[in-house]
Amino acid sequence: MTDPSPPPEPTAPSAAEAAPAPPVSPGEVLLEVTDLRTTFSSPRGPVRAVRGVSLTLRRGRTLGVVGESGSGKSVLSRSIMGLVPSNATRTGSVRFAGTEILNADAKVMRSYWGDQMAMVFQDPMTALNPVLRVEQQITESLHEHIDLTKKQARDTAMQLLESVGIPEPARRLRMYPHELSGGMRQRIMIAIALACGPRLLFADEPTTALDVTVQAQILDLLQTMQQDRQMAMILVTHDLGVVAGRAHDIAVMYAGRIVEQAPAASLFAHMRHPYTEALLRSIPKLEMSKHTRLDAIGGRPPDLVNIPEGCAFAPRCPHAQDRCLTEDPQLVPDPADPDHLYACHFPVHGVLAAATPVTVGAASGADAGASS
Amino acid sequence: MTATTPKARGIEEVPLIVEQIDPELERRKRLPIGAWLAGGWMVLIMGAALLAPVLPLNDPNAEVASIPKLAPGQEGLIFGADGNGRDMFARLIFGARVSLTIAFTAVILALIIGGLLGLLAGYYRNWIGNVLASLFDIMLAIPALVLALALVAVLKGNPAENEGGLSGQVILIIAICIVSIPALARITRANTMAWSKREFVTAAKAQGATSGRILFREILPNVLPAMAYITLLGIAIAIVAEGGLALLGAGVDPPTATWGNMIDAGRQDMDEAPFIMFIPIGAMFITVMALNYLGDVVRTHFDVRESAL
Repeated sequence: MTDPSPPPEPTAPSAAEAAPAPPVSPGEVLLEVTDLRTTFSSPRGPVRAVRGVSLTLRRGRTLGVVGESGSGKSVLSRSIMGLVPSNATRTGSVRFAGTEILNADAKVMRSYWGDQMAMVFQDPMTALNPVLRVEQQITESLHEHIDLTKKQARDTAMQLLESVGIPEPARRLRMYPHELSGGMRQRIMIAIALACGPRLLFADEPTTALDVTVQAQILDLLQTMQQDRQMAMILVTHDLGVVAGRAHDIAVMYAGRIVEQAPAASLFAHMRHPYTEALLRSIPKLEMSKHTRLDAIGGRPPDLVNIPEGCAFAPRCPHAQDRCLTEDPQLVPDPADPDHLYACHFPVHGVLAAATPVTVGAASGADAGASS
Repeated sequence: MTATTPKARGIEEVPLIVEQIDPELERRKRLPIGAWLAGGWMVLIMGAALLAPVLPLNDPNAEVASIPKLAPGQEGLIFGADGNGRDMFARLIFGARVSLTIAFTAVILALIIGGLLGLLAGYYRNWIGNVLASLFDIMLAIPALVLALALVAVLKGNPAENEGGLSGQVILIIAICIVSIPALARITRANTMAWSKREFVTAAKAQGATSGRILFREILPNVLPAMAYITLLGIAIAIVAEGGLALLGAGVDPPTATWGNMIDAGRQDMDEAPFIMFIPIGAMFITVMALNYLGDVVRTHFDVRESAL
């Protein structure tokens, strides 16, 4: 309430305190995913949502995962984290700080969830419990992972709210989600996710449900938090504009696979996969004249139950040739740049005219204003 | 905050929204007049039932009237006397005591047991849930009245050798409780299933919450309004059920006053003195209606989907 608490508790107890896994120093590999496949059983047959994804994430780095709806990007992040429904089967390997956690039992995963890895969900409207006060929702994981008194948990929650730029934290703690605006709710979601100081943060389309004017604020906040805490972050989005300038590396997903993966600058400068090129083309640009027809990608993503033979993107690809329809391209490094991977028989040499990274929404200055 | 620059206006947006919602919530919280009437009746009848032994009432089992079937209002007996010359008003209040005790205890017990089973069945979508759900379905397939009659018969046993067995009230409580469990469990299960699919349950899981915590802290508070609504309805049905069982001779043994026993006793004098039967029926009718109405109030008042927007 109004009394300033005398001993300010550390906002996030250091990860090493409650960590079952060994600590990882900055820059070290935190997450290693190898050939991860997630299949859902359905009445129509197996839905192959993730088909062999491999990636490596170091501490303090942000990986942007981009793809259209149904590309498997959300399933990928939930598969890594282990938050899949019971009709899903996962194979491959997910190593977190050197420990294999794929298909670990619920008890083991619970010690990771919230404490080591956390997720910011897409829609703060549905991801917050409507009948619980903000305070209860933030302190829940604190009580679960760290032995804190009510007072300590409350102080920690206040500091968390302050750190995510929520004014009057004491008053907000007593509120219910419906009393807050969308942007505020997403800030609360971020505070909840950060409560125990996770080392890996998944942001699953964190701004899709938000007003464009607050999107940039939330993304900036996530970036600041990620840098301050040296977390590894996986930022899932359908919008290349969201990851531009915010992710160190970008993975473009299509039909459950990574089709192109590269450091952000390299991807925007020399995109090789036609899908990436098409995605970037489909973003409307300010310099376009009025009533310009948007360069959308024709067709729709393949049915994940019956994925066509050959390259999954071939039916929609302007550069597709006979070989694409029969032979599935593998993800291989670019001969000129070993960090740049792509899966295409006939890569484009795309230096797009408007290759300048697209930025989203309002100026980020508004964010700082709101928190003062 | 100064609302002079466009930037400042954007910042002010949040407190504005909060202020807009508050009066809206105030308005929603004002209850309709019917709710006050229904609530008032329940308080009155429950208060009278609770305080019956200390209220200045006649002994409900004593013959106080000069003649049987004394008309209401005579000899200071406002509801008259029944076929045995007993004070109808005293019997109505003491009857409420027994009838309401049976109904409330049975349904609240059923709520605890059925609610718990329903929560488990709705949350665990594996064999546990399936077994429990089938169990509810099987129990619901047996006609409730037949099941209750059978339970009373079994629990009462042979009257000749049943000395010091369960009292009639306890038997009725057990029977009505068991009959109510599957309905309460089904409603709870359906609501739990709907709520446990919500994203905030996944979010709680992603924060490391245990199943118990998710079930009782995240889901239960959301299911509670539906449970309260069905409980009020269940109590109303249980009051009627007590009456029905009394008419079938499976109620609390006479001469104990219950509303069901009063109706049963009044049946013989229906032609000459219909008031003997209709007074307890009227009390039962008003009580059941009040409970149903309160149930509706609870449902609309706590409808989260509605008030969230």
